[in-house]
Amino acid sequence: MKKLQIVGLVLFLAGISAFTLIPFLGTYELDFEKVQQQTKEIHQGKMGDILQPMFGKEFPSSFSFLSEFNTHFNSYNDQLKSEQKWDEVIWEDYRFPLAKAALSSPVKNSPWLYFGLSIGLMVLGGLLYNLPKYQEEPAGIKHNGIFHSAMKNRGWLGILTGSYLILFYIILYWFPAYLVNLVWMVDPLSQVLSGNSASQWFLYGLIYTLAILVMGIRMFRKYKGNAYQQLRTASVMFFQTAFAFLIPEILVLLNQPYFDFKNIWPLDYDFFYDYQIETFLSSGGVGLFMLIWGIMLILIAVPVFTYFYGKRWYCSWVCGCGGLAETVGDPYRQLSDKSLKSWKIERYLVHGVLALAVVMTLLTIANYFSGFSLLGNVTNQLHSFYGFAIGSAFAGVVGTGFYPFMGNRVWCRFGCPLAAYLGIVQRFKSRFRITTNGGQCISCGNCSTYCEMGIDVRWYAQRGQNIVRSSCVGCGVCSAVCPRGVLKLENGPEEGRINDLPISIGNDSIKLNA
Amino acid sequence: MSNSKHVVIIGNGISGITCARHLRKLNDSVRITVISGESEYFFSRTALMYIYMGHMKFEHTQPYENWFWEKNRIELKQAWVKSVDFSSKSLRIEDGSQLSYDELVIATGSKPNKFGWRGQDLKGVQGLYSKQDLELMEENTKSGVNHAVIIGGGLIGIEMAEMLAYRNISVTFLVRESGFWRNVLPKEESELVGRHIQEHHFDLKLETELDEILGDTSGRVRAVRTKSGEEIPCQFVGLTAGVSPNVDFLKESGLEIGRGIKVDLYFRTNIDQVYAIGDCAEFNEAPAEDRKTVEQVWYTGRMHGETLANNLIHEPVPYRPGVWFNSAKFLDIEYQTYGQVPADWDGDQVKSFYWEHAGGKISFRMLMRRDESILGVNVFGLRMRHEFFDQAIRENWSAEQVIRKLEKANFDPEFFAPYYKVIQEKFAADFDKNIPKVKLSWVQQLFGARV
Repeated sequence: MKKLQIVGLVLFLAGISAFTLIPFLGTYELDFEKVQQQTKEIHQGKMGDILQPMFGKEFPSSFSFLSEFNTHFNSYNDQLKSEQKWDEVIWEDYRFPLAKAALSSPVKNSPWLYFGLSIGLMVLGGLLYNLPKYQEEPAGIKHNGIFHSAMKNRGWLGILTGSYLILFYIILYWFPAYLVNLVWMVDPLSQVLSGNSASQWFLYGLIYTLAILVMGIRMFRKYKGNAYQQLRTASVMFFQTAFAFLIPEILVLLNQPYFDFKNIWPLDYDFFYDYQIETFLSSGGVGLFMLIWGIMLILIAVPVFTYFYGKRWYCSWVCGCGGLAETVGDPYRQLSDKSLKSWKIERYLVHGVLALAVVMTLLTIANYFSGFSLLGNVTNQLHSFYGFAIGSAFAGVVGTGFYPFMGNRVWCRFGCPLAAYLGIVQRFKSRFRITTNGGQCISCGNCSTYCEMGIDVRWYAQRGQNIVRSSCVGCGVCSAVCPRGVLKLENGPEEGRINDLPISIGNDSIKLNA
Repeated sequence: MSNSKHVVIIGNGISGITCARHLRKLNDSVRITVISGESEYFFSRTALMYIYMGHMKFEHTQPYENWFWEKNRIELKQAWVKSVDFSSKSLRIEDGSQLSYDELVIATGSKPNKFGWRGQDLKGVQGLYSKQDLELMEENTKSGVNHAVIIGGGLIGIEMAEMLAYRNISVTFLVRESGFWRNVLPKEESELVGRHIQEHHFDLKLETELDEILGDTSGRVRAVRTKSGEEIPCQFVGLTAGVSPNVDFLKESGLEIGRGIKVDLYFRTNIDQVYAIGDCAEFNEAPAEDRKTVEQVWYTGRMHGETLANNLIHEPVPYRPGVWFNSAKFLDIEYQTYGQVPADWDGDQVKSFYWEHAGGKISFRMLMRRDESILGVNVFGLRMRHEFFDQAIRENWSAEQVIRKLEKANFDPEFFAPYYKVIQEKFAADFDKNIPKVKLSWVQQLFGARV
């Protein structure tokens, strides 16, 4: 390792340590005023009463603050629940806004300083580590030592990284009140972009985008000399930064609805939820355009683009989940399971999630037009179940947290309903395929090993058969790592695309179906 | 078709396993046993280097999952065969047991050449062919090795060098010829590879022959001496001067053996119901005029297996190879060849067209007959379509026709630089032809890499 890289690594570790410690800083103190500001009008009186014992008390940590908050709040709610006074129960979760308001900490006072010490150092360290990579080496495949690495082969570093990610996601989704220091830290940036104060989602979006950018640069270094890899990496970096991060914030600044123009239902599962539709319909021309744009993506863009280019146009060129998988997740792509068994599980799961998303959405739409007369309660419960199990647990905790355990495309492969939809089009009506170059395969296994989707590419290649699989996201790595130039991602005529009875070239003795 | 004969295959490499798989495809009831001492399951030996370098684990090199064999009723037995008793049709296994067969297929592959050099059996001196060789190499390079010498400039030699570099062991190549793999590659291609070897900081000593491998008192290699008297200190020596058929255990068994097991074009040996395929077989006559009597590449092994499986079930047909093809990778540079491109040719009979990229790592050569019909191509740093050249060579296309359609032959990934355009321009200039220019799509023009 070069000196610069060691410096980078040290800075990164310092940054991530700071990032991890920052939530523990500061003290928490509530008063009547803050409670009034952070609660809905109908709850202001009650919340003031409930939290009255906490006023003026200084709590040394988020733990003691939230623990006391829970005591008061829960005893109030529990009492009502035991009396079955359901309509008086406060269902809203005020922990995050109140913790955020109650905090006084050095982070809140000098957010940029702490931003620099944590995220800033992580970015700087990551760049210093990635930029000098492979500098004095010729372009080529850089897979030396992957299966001897503690990070990339489920060693102690991988387990540590995975556990950290899982923990981070659990806190982010279900216990964000513990992260208010970090949210205050990015508040000034949020003010600049959207004119609003930051939420935990802004914090997440920012980290997510920066991670894709820094690790995207790693991809540029790793795949120098491979135009396909360079271009699609640049593409996911661009779409994440512009479409997923900046444009939605700027829309808010301009008093328009927050909207990611490249997020497509059913990945964007709440697109047809009543509050979303209300937002679109109440936001004039722009809102209406967003609604129509979103529907066009589903009905026209997905089938047409997938017909011409395969699902890769989205999954490995545009999508945010794909963007993270292809950059941050790239070091773990070899950990996907290639067994036939996992393929079977994959088909049930991913199409099951698609079916669930479709049913839920149909119900939602039916309810929207019938004023929630049809199974209104079931719909709400379905929403919260889907949001919890699929939207948060599967896509987030498992989807990213499991990178170091099961590879970088766990969500895309087993869970993403949009991937399932794109996959059905790709399998049955598309010009895309991975062409196998005649009889040149030597069955070495590099393609299968490095397929992040767990496709046993070699199975097809060694039979001289083209690879047409619904799950293929077209990342092109099988083609890159092939030592004999056997695989090529191509769009071409549908005729002859699926050669179920391939014939291997070079043996004139017999004609055979390999 | 009911067929309850017992076919025993010795060797679970690409030839033996292909034969077993195709036997099962063609016939449901034949009993198939594959016996190998090397490994329990079929693996791709071309991938051994990747295990050493941490690109893959051993299980990744196994092309079929372990349940595959039972599902297809291919019985596997892991044991070394000591000898064969052809009269009683049985194999003697190392553990003393016997295995009888109705038909025997010998597919025992190769072993690294050792030409009787002094010191060739010292500790730290080895070839690389089998799984056991790889394990030995792990052992031999675990510690205390700073410098290695590789004898012979071929495909396994360069793989070994790449492997050693991963472990920070510097390498000197001793190559007898005037250029790397010069007995197979034309001068320019050989030089291209040679330059790339030096780019990777390997010391390439051309026209240098090994005289003796020197050991220390513990019986471990300490240096090699060349025929010019130079002594190169080293702690590891790779013997990669080719391979030869692995048939020693069959000598004096009644089986006719030359360099390999003598077979006709039906893979029949001199003994009834005994066949040999793959690296270990030696044809009585070459199967085609451009072929050798011993074929030692992955692809031919596979074709032998396919053909013999057919012959054991259906009406036997002679082995008739099609257009030759091969490929390899020299460090970062891929190589493909189709048809006939020998290392040297008679300039009166054969015309050559050669293009090399200014960067010196990409090249295209086409040889043609006097009438300018295509004989074959050598491609470095580019990917070309097998089907295209198979057809062009089979149908004796003119070189001009090949070049005109070169865009169709291109197999490089999307957005890669359109080298075929400059190849077309060079051909037009060299041979005074008028080749229409290919128009690139706007996407390629905007985003594609430049030549």
